[in-house]
Amino acid sequence: MSYNVKICNVIKRYGDFTAVNDVSLDIKEGEFFTLLGPSGCGKTTLLRMIAGFNSIDEGKIFFGDKLINNIDAHKRDVGMVFQNYAIFPHLNVYDNVAYGLKARKVPKDEIHTRVMEALKTVQIEDLKNRKPSELSGGQQQRVALARAIVIKPGVLLMDEPLSNLDAKLRIQMRTVIRKLQKELNITTIYVTHDQEEALAISDRIAIMNKGRLMQVDKPTTIYQKPENIFVAGFIGTSNFIDGTVTKIDGDMTANIKLNAGLEFSMKLKKNITGPVQISIRPEQFIIKDANEPGISGEIQMYTFLGDFVAYEVELSNGQTVNVNEYTKDIEFVRPIGEKVSLTFDTNKINVFTQDGTEVVS
Amino acid sequence: MTAKAGKFKLRFDFWSIVKYTAIVLLIVFLVYPTFRLFFLSISDNKGGFTLKYFKTFFTKAYYYRTLKNSFATSGITTVFAILLGVPMAYITTRYNIWLKKTIDILVIMSLMSPPFIGAYSWIVLLGRNGFVTKLFEKIGITIPPIYGFGGIVLVFTLKYFPYVYLYVSGALKSIDRSLEEAAENLGSGKLRRILTITLPVIMPTLGASAIMVFMSSLADFGTPMLIGEGYKVLPVLVYEEFMSEMGGNANMAGALSIIVILCSTTVLLLQKYVISRKNYMMNATRPPAVIEVSKGKKLLLTSLCMFVTILAFLPQVVVIVTSFIKTNGPIFVEGFSLGSYEKIFYKIPKNIANTFIFSFIAIAIIVVFGMLLSYLFVKRKSKTTGMLDVLVMLPYVIPGAVLGVSMLVAFNKPPLMLSGTAAIMIIAYVIRKMPHTVRSSTAILYQIDPSIEEASINLGVSPMKTFFKITAPMMAPGVLSGAILSWITTINELSSSIMLYGGKTATISVSIYTEVVRSNYGTAAALASILTVTTMLSLVLFNRVSKGKVSVV
Ligand SMILES: Nc1ncnc2c1ncn2[C@@H]1O[C@H](COP(=O)(O)OP(=O)(O)OP(=O)(O)O)[C@@H](O)[C@H]1O
Ligand SMILES: [Mg+2]
Repeated sequence: MSYNVKICNVIKRYGDFTAVNDVSLDIKEGEFFTLLGPSGCGKTTLLRMIAGFNSIDEGKIFFGDKLINNIDAHKRDVGMVFQNYAIFPHLNVYDNVAYGLKARKVPKDEIHTRVMEALKTVQIEDLKNRKPSELSGGQQQRVALARAIVIKPGVLLMDEPLSNLDAKLRIQMRTVIRKLQKELNITTIYVTHDQEEALAISDRIAIMNKGRLMQVDKPTTIYQKPENIFVAGFIGTSNFIDGTVTKIDGDMTANIKLNAGLEFSMKLKKNITGPVQISIRPEQFIIKDANEPGISGEIQMYTFLGDFVAYEVELSNGQTVNVNEYTKDIEFVRPIGEKVSLTFDTNKINVFTQDGTEVVS
Repeated sequence: MTAKAGKFKLRFDFWSIVKYTAIVLLIVFLVYPTFRLFFLSISDNKGGFTLKYFKTFFTKAYYYRTLKNSFATSGITTVFAILLGVPMAYITTRYNIWLKKTIDILVIMSLMSPPFIGAYSWIVLLGRNGFVTKLFEKIGITIPPIYGFGGIVLVFTLKYFPYVYLYVSGALKSIDRSLEEAAENLGSGKLRRILTITLPVIMPTLGASAIMVFMSSLADFGTPMLIGEGYKVLPVLVYEEFMSEMGGNANMAGALSIIVILCSTTVLLLQKYVISRKNYMMNATRPPAVIEVSKGKKLLLTSLCMFVTILAFLPQVVVIVTSFIKTNGPIFVEGFSLGSYEKIFYKIPKNIANTFIFSFIAIAIIVVFGMLLSYLFVKRKSKTTGMLDVLVMLPYVIPGAVLGVSMLVAFNKPPLMLSGTAAIMIIAYVIRKMPHTVRSSTAILYQIDPSIEEASINLGVSPMKTFFKITAPMMAPGVLSGAILSWITTINELSSSIMLYGGKTATISVSIYTEVVRSNYGTAAALASILTVTTMLSLVLFNRVSKGKVSVV
């Protein structure tokens, strides 16, 4: 029923601006796949190319083994949930959901059963006679969802479907969507610029920047093993510290000297020497007393956030880094001005080339 | 199929058909007649080229004076309209006067009233045999004659100042309170605040309304025809030149028409490039405060506004009242009767039917084409639709009388022998009223979120079906409101009708004109009353349909 979606070297240009630049993806059947990236990176453009609302300038898109480049939007068998829901304002909830089935000339009784079933799935069967203007944002969202799934599309597309909801509802609805998707086992391509949402909801995430793919991976991998500085900086918080590989052995054990004054050795995947960038997440720093070995620094500011304390620490070279310490591991909050020494587990850090385009650890 | 092949697939879909049909129709019925008019104006009738008609125009006082007259009447009218409209708009929006609703309704009705009943009524009141004139004669006072420049300006001002009033009240209501509060906070006095903040902000709107007044006066034909007498303006001259049977005058009428078109185009371009440049988009979250004034002041302000309003509305009352007065030939005599109505239903029932049938057909065509075209302009933008847009809007600068002349010139012989038929009248109405519907439909379409259509397409409904199932129903209330307004102006249309009507296709407005010319004031009043009442009822319907969301101007 559901398709796998294969996107091969797809390009979209607006004049001499390339909005989607040579993107290739292989999305598995039944997968929850998310396109994530900063505003203007081309997520919507790519999604609309799949839906058939944007033409494909170069490259190919397949649903299963069917090439869809030249299939009209209304014949593509994709369901779509729009950012602003796009509920038909002159039709009631029932007719909104039944719309796609009528277009498919489904018999009347079957339309009724399927619409009621879809309304039930999204828990709004008692609103079926309401006009869209009489619905809350969350309810409209559910109508949009029901309308998209009732036609049992081969692929479900969603463009920031939750961005118009308030924070609490957003979390509630993303669970609804996630459960529904797994229940129906429908290949889903989801667009968001909210990284937390992406990490929470997706089987796999594609990070995009300026029309190009930066990394495609499982949420945990994206977070722990970013492939470049862009991903490391975009997902969560990372501290970037400059350093130099002073020498590297035959077994790839490198000696790295940080500009902030610490020297250590760790295994690398690539044989390089010279300047590099190290990224360390705030929670991966270990704060020690100033007399112990490590990068020496001074507490500039602290913010107590309940389960952890967020510090800003100024290093000896003037750079400020973010360091988190869990409340359960400490007895007191370190005061401003305290001299500390920072260390880390070399397994938990990432080393990038100096230009940030490649991970070498 | 490869990706390349798809790109070059010839798409002859529904929308291309609409587009090319519209282009062909407009070329045949608008561009071609205009060109014929142009060639007429520079042709010596022997296949040669001449500028003698233009030369005659600019050298003979009889001709060039009309240009001066046209600009004088339109210009002075515009000034007066501003002087009446702006203070009234300010008073009704900023002070808690009584009867605001009534004022608004009466002003709108005056604007939408049949175009020449103003002239008619003022003649009936202040003309040679006018009620008021005779009343004053009895007590030995002679009132200066209403005919000529003064009369035209009086009628024009009362008829067109509503544009200024309605536009400017809208703008005044949409200024956010904070703007004026800020000025006050910075230490501006009241007058200073009005001059430095309020006035500049409403300036673009005021400019637009002034242009509307100017253009409407410039194109108006019925009023100067009836009340102008010796004082001729351009559209009247076009009519006379073309209608008089003497040879050579058709060319002169052509030249005059071209001059009229050039004038209104210049004015419109001026507006486009000088005024609409700086349009302050305002969206008042807090509309300006309404000032409470003392009872005495309130009474004074209300009376002032009501006086102007009643003066503007008076013609409609006069028309209805006089339609019930007994007549003896051209003379009103004592007592009331339904005689005038009997006469018109007996003599010219056909003309009444024509008005409604022609207008109805024209509006039906306008609505369908207007919706389709506006869709093309908004959703299928291309070079061709851009050109089409310009074509559709062209009639804005072509006064009715001129359009009438051009169609007569173009379609008075086979293969398209249309003069004297119902078709030519309906076509003229469609062309003249289409711009308004296209403009309002376009505005409505821009408010419809494009993703709603995409949702429908995405659910498996083709783009064409989507238009009919989703877009059209969503546009309907707005378009229908616009259609009702066009309907009102169509049943009241005089200038093109009077050029194009034949023995069997005369309309109410044409009959009113001929009746007034023959001094049959009673029957004219009865006919005008039919139009006035229909107009009022249509406005009521308009209010129902638009629910206050669509403005009349
Ligand atoms: N019709 C268009 N013409 C020209 N440029 C366009 C058009 N549509 C999109 N773009 C450009 O293409 C780029 C990608 O746009 P897109 O809408 O795909 O971004 P996005 O990743 O969805 O961003 P957001 O998170 O803000 O929705 C943007 O720089 C945008 O300005
Ligand atoms: Mg987007």
